[in-house]
Amino acid sequence: MSSARKSGVRDQGSEVSDLARFPVRQAAPRQLDSRIFFKAFLGLFLRDLRVLTREIAPFLLRVGMQPLLFLFVFTFILPRMGGGNPMAAGGGKIDFGTIILPGLMAVAIMFSGIAAVALPLSSEFGITREIDDRVMCPLPLWAVALEKVCFSAMQSIVAALLVIPMAFYIPAIPVRANISNWFVLALVLVLASLLAGSLGLVIGSTVNPKHIGLVFSIIVVPITFLGCVYYPWAWLDKIAWLKYSVLFNPIVYMSEGLRAAVTPSVDHMPWWAIISALIFFLAVLGRLGLRGFLGRVRS
Amino acid sequence: MIVEFEKLTKVYESKLRVVAVDGIDLNLEQGEIFGLLGPNGAGKTTTISIATTRTLPTRGTVRISGVDVVQHPAHARRHIGVVPQFNTLDRSLTVYENLYYHCRYFGFSHANAKARSLALLEQFLLTERRGVYPAQLSGGLAQRVQIARAIAHRPTVLFLDEPSAGLDPQSRRAMWSAVEDLRKEGITVLLTTHYMEEADSLSDRLAIIDHGRVLALGTPEQLKQTFGAQTIFDLKLKSRDGIDAAVTSLGTRPDVSGVEPTADGLRVIAAAQDGLLPELVQATSRFGLRDLTITEPSLETVFIQLTGRDLRE
Repeated sequence: MSSARKSGVRDQGSEVSDLARFPVRQAAPRQLDSRIFFKAFLGLFLRDLRVLTREIAPFLLRVGMQPLLFLFVFTFILPRMGGGNPMAAGGGKIDFGTIILPGLMAVAIMFSGIAAVALPLSSEFGITREIDDRVMCPLPLWAVALEKVCFSAMQSIVAALLVIPMAFYIPAIPVRANISNWFVLALVLVLASLLAGSLGLVIGSTVNPKHIGLVFSIIVVPITFLGCVYYPWAWLDKIAWLKYSVLFNPIVYMSEGLRAAVTPSVDHMPWWAIISALIFFLAVLGRLGLRGFLGRVRS
Repeated sequence: MIVEFEKLTKVYESKLRVVAVDGIDLNLEQGEIFGLLGPNGAGKTTTISIATTRTLPTRGTVRISGVDVVQHPAHARRHIGVVPQFNTLDRSLTVYENLYYHCRYFGFSHANAKARSLALLEQFLLTERRGVYPAQLSGGLAQRVQIARAIAHRPTVLFLDEPSAGLDPQSRRAMWSAVEDLRKEGITVLLTTHYMEEADSLSDRLAIIDHGRVLALGTPEQLKQTFGAQTIFDLKLKSRDGIDAAVTSLGTRPDVSGVEPTADGLRVIAAAQDGLLPELVQATSRFGLRDLTITEPSLETVFIQLTGRDLRE
């Protein structure tokens, strides 16, 4: 024990941490904070990455299974069943695979966001209070929440991109994807992923862990099904009440945005409207999520 | 002063208005182990929560190394190490990773974080368990990992909230010696406890608090003396014939505050014991003194005197 302690003390003198190079007193905290903040943020990100890499197989299964089965059933099996099957013809000229590729990407983003933020947060806020150590790092609390959202956004983007190769290999009728504007695609992917993470933050910080399963059934599943995932928004013309009431659903803009970026041949909203709506919902949910997060970690 | 509490107040406004902390003023000096002693609900945990930036005070300030914890919480956290009341180890990480990533949160490079974590594992005799997950640790071991983690970034102040709650006596002693060792590293320690024994043996100074107020402050010895904690002498006698005269004569001594006959002898309560012991022995020898038990002044008696109640366990 004593030798160990000695080495600990020696450690203090020679291999001084990066922290120790900064003066302890309040002298110019602003200037040194940005570096410390960045490193702390990086530390949190690395921690999440470590936990994720340990569970890479469950992660891939989680994000891949749903689009895989969906594409297999609706774009591989059903079209082969032939006569009288509405799925075989899609919406007329356009095959179903092309219609739902962007929708499935949106769902992947959405579910990853919730699985990566809401589920871990609700348990970390629960009995174990595991979040405490991360909340006690030298970062403002909003940055701890932002890290969660950013990390989840990274997972969402990976999940969305995984859908693309599946959509090329599985459907019986080839999907007509045409990514002409990579900038719009990147912008939509990033905004949609951050939005999903923010929604996860809202759910994770406000919902009692006991009710998290219920929230999936009564919020996540409905907004996904009514999120213009399986049909373009423009095709809702004959159901006007639905067409306008779904405008309150952020998933609509994720699906439509990806539609505009990945399969522009299918009818979609104008992209300026999509981007504005995504930014609007990101701001609203981000704010709500942050408020919930602060309320949970600080009293 | 390394930690300064100034008129710290926390009021929880809900259906029932609760004043958890009611104007606490305290100053901790560099390197001391300071105990906050009080029953459950006295305001200890709230005080610590405010000092560690997890609760906002209603009024008052706390400064750690001169940094105001409300104005600059992120900055203040660099000086703070916390061992919370419950096991909050990261369940998704191994023991080693808990230390390693904690260091990374505080800006250590990979090499420094690794070196520091390995040194801490060795210091806290945890090397063999580096690859174990927290869920597999016993309460005592988990507490050791938590202390190691709390000091990993070399804070100036370590806050221990009820560190021995739920530990068996052996782990409790191991924890005490771990805290004692921190003294050599110059870390200031603020611990809360409702164990008299713990407060008495660990703290250099302590504050007795109840209902959110500091009732008394000083070294354990000072508290015992200032608040007139009494030494109790229990004498067992063969015969008690004519004991009344002895009771009267002992009762006239100025340092004796009470003399009362018991079933098998005599109990003498005195403020100080200088010179009293030989006199007691002499005075009672003719009654056939068989046994003598001395109960030293204790914080328990001080506490009861101050709060009028026992420590709720």
